[in-house]
Amino acid sequence: MGNEKIKTSRRKFLKSAGTLAGVTIAFQWLKSSQVLLFATEPKDENLPWYGIVIDIEKCIGCGSCARSCKEENDVPEEPFFFRNWVEQYTVKNDGSVDIVSPNGGIDGFVQRVPDEDIFKSFFVPKMCNHCAKSPCIQVCPVGATYDSPEGVVLIDEKYCIGCRYCVQACPYGCRFIHPVKKVANKCTLCYHRLKKNLAPACMEVCPTGARMYGNLRDKNSDLVKFLKEHTTQVLRPNLNTGAKLYYNALSSEVR
Amino acid sequence: MDPHYQHLYNILAHSQGYIFPNEIDLQWGILIVVYPFITGLVAGAFILASLERVFKVKILKPTYQIALLTALSFLLVATMPLISHLSQPQRAYEIMITPHSSSAMAIFGFVYLWYLMVVLLLEIWFDYRHSMVVWSNEKTGVMKWVYKILTLGVSDISPRTLKWDRKLGYIITVVGIPSAFILHGYVGFIFGSIKANPWWSTPLMPIIFLFSAMVSGISMVMLIYMIISYFRKKTIELNVLDSIGKFLFFVLILDFTLEGLDQIQRIYEAEESFEIIKLLVSSKLYLTLFVSQGLIGTIIPLITLAFLQFYKHQIKLKKTMYFIIGILVLIGVYSMRWNVVIGGQLFSKSFSGFTSFKVGLIGLDGTLMAAFWLLLPFGILAFLLWLLPPWKMVEEDSEE
Amino acid sequence: MKFYIPPQLTRLALAFAIFISLFLVLRHFLVPDTFGQYGHYRGASLIDNALPEIHYAGQEACFECHQDIQDLKAQDVHSSIHCETCHGPGQKHVTSGEAADILKPTGREFCGRCHTMNAARQKNAVFQVDLNKHNIGKNCIECHNPHQPWEMKK
Repeated sequence: MGNEKIKTSRRKFLKSAGTLAGVTIAFQWLKSSQVLLFATEPKDENLPWYGIVIDIEKCIGCGSCARSCKEENDVPEEPFFFRNWVEQYTVKNDGSVDIVSPNGGIDGFVQRVPDEDIFKSFFVPKMCNHCAKSPCIQVCPVGATYDSPEGVVLIDEKYCIGCRYCVQACPYGCRFIHPVKKVANKCTLCYHRLKKNLAPACMEVCPTGARMYGNLRDKNSDLVKFLKEHTTQVLRPNLNTGAKLYYNALSSEVR
Repeated sequence: MDPHYQHLYNILAHSQGYIFPNEIDLQWGILIVVYPFITGLVAGAFILASLERVFKVKILKPTYQIALLTALSFLLVATMPLISHLSQPQRAYEIMITPHSSSAMAIFGFVYLWYLMVVLLLEIWFDYRHSMVVWSNEKTGVMKWVYKILTLGVSDISPRTLKWDRKLGYIITVVGIPSAFILHGYVGFIFGSIKANPWWSTPLMPIIFLFSAMVSGISMVMLIYMIISYFRKKTIELNVLDSIGKFLFFVLILDFTLEGLDQIQRIYEAEESFEIIKLLVSSKLYLTLFVSQGLIGTIIPLITLAFLQFYKHQIKLKKTMYFIIGILVLIGVYSMRWNVVIGGQLFSKSFSGFTSFKVGLIGLDGTLMAAFWLLLPFGILAFLLWLLPPWKMVEEDSEE
Repeated sequence: MKFYIPPQLTRLALAFAIFISLFLVLRHFLVPDTFGQYGHYRGASLIDNALPEIHYAGQEACFECHQDIQDLKAQDVHSSIHCETCHGPGQKHVTSGEAADILKPTGREFCGRCHTMNAARQKNAVFQVDLNKHNIGKNCIECHNPHQPWEMKK
């Protein structure tokens, strides 16, 4: 009788100890993989870690960036697909905000609101933010979109199944389904140009120098110097996307 | 001009306010409304079946096999709306071979396989095995071999083996309940985890999806039970209907409460997206939300069910009332899927405008395709009922 | 103690074992070779994304032949503007050398894209002109050399 009691209690002890040990080990393993699950860490220290700055004070809304992007990257001319585009915000004296982007800004802008009604007005170029904690990468079911070792978010056109989950997940509206290729498409920071040490097309043609790109790791780069000397913001900081597109002089009306 | 572009120019002309240029076309159309509706029916029908098996609600016995076969018919069709909606359907297998562990959608392939093979097929197999062995001995010709194959060559029907059938079936059913929750809950999570879309992003989403799934599944089984009894010229047992009605009533109350809570919290907190969502609900979604989902799909069935629960005297039209309630509830749940999927894409992520949505009739993403995927399960069910008729099963001597 | 394993269970275990092995074998052949090299994606895709042809050559390429224009442009307010901002993609012209392979834009609307009056344009960012009043009917480059805009032509 007594023997059985001791056996059961020993068994119970071993069971609970084993469970505790197992759970602790599992939790440690889970914890370490959790960190990697949602954030991309820059792996290779020798490669650049690309970031972008757009200076709203300098943008004149000429649309050269949007225009050159379509020409460089084989995007159809129709006004429904844009890797990058320009918006015009007009805050009126009555407090309402008028936002337009006619054909993405490619043909320039015509002022629609008369001067006397305008409180302030400005242009905001938009493009892929190349997020470090990108929600679009997180939701892709097959691994067709990813963060390159240089921090550029890219799409594998041969692997994408066209489920459109990434288009839904991007808070900035920068992804679309290419009408001919029938896979997801978006700004690649002209990766094919970066690899040849050429600037992205939009940066090449901006006449006022409102767009900058560079290596966030290089403390001496113009980009990092600009970030140090100006007050910059990202879009939708509350969503914690790790966006690497920093805007200078971003006004609170912009989404 | 390319007709697709013509269609987009039309939508552009109808868009209101400011939308991001890429948002002109809705990404997820009617097929993505149909998919959660179908998996919801699967989960709901299975939960009803498990009420009989696990929770021993004896009155529901006549609906047990019907519920399982209904779940199977819809589950077999469930992947099709998804695959036909992909713009590269021939690559659909990639989800099975390189699933991305951080993506809720990637779970789909494995949850589906698990539920189909380990839960549903096994439960049906354990339940029908005895009868299938008997039928394989009775029948001749092709059917003999069909049943033999279905038994996987196991012809042992000794009492000890039959006891194991019941035991294993019970275990599978118990495992099946959380599996059904995951099968449909993850669909809710697919929407609920998208922080970019405030109409979708809420922790309540998987639970709301699940409860409306249960509501739709229970209604569907009730309707099918009535239709089958009608065709077989058997009397529809009123106490079965009353019992199903009782479960439907309580689950519908829970569903209504959860969805109401989601909206009340949204209205109270009134955070950034509230202005545009208020416009969405009052203009674009008015008919489908307040009239179709709310009034027709929830309020009227709730009041009628409450009446039927508490009014103890005989009512001549009771069976007709249950039938109508079943249909209204299904309309309501379908509208709920529409409101979530389509509603979430009608407003811009700039929170400053709307696009518009017109469902095409033909094409892989059109109404006809959606109708086909919705009707096909009934055809499959008819076939299954012919192949595995519940009323011709071998009578078990001992009940548990 | 005799261990009874129900026959249906063993048959099922066999069926599942076959199914799972088939799946694993199929998977081995279907997963692309470079998948997982750098992360959860096809490693070869990095090469695919680096392959597309460039259309904009970058103004260094222009200066190799057009040194004179570079010198002219450097003296005036358009000095910071790259050639292809106005002339469009130039890689084709760099390869072929044909004048027809690059844009030579004219027209008031073209210059107006940058220079039209617009309240959203900062006054110090670009010189703005009311195109409805300024020399209507005339082409901008009739008076302004685009590479040296403040040197008026006679």
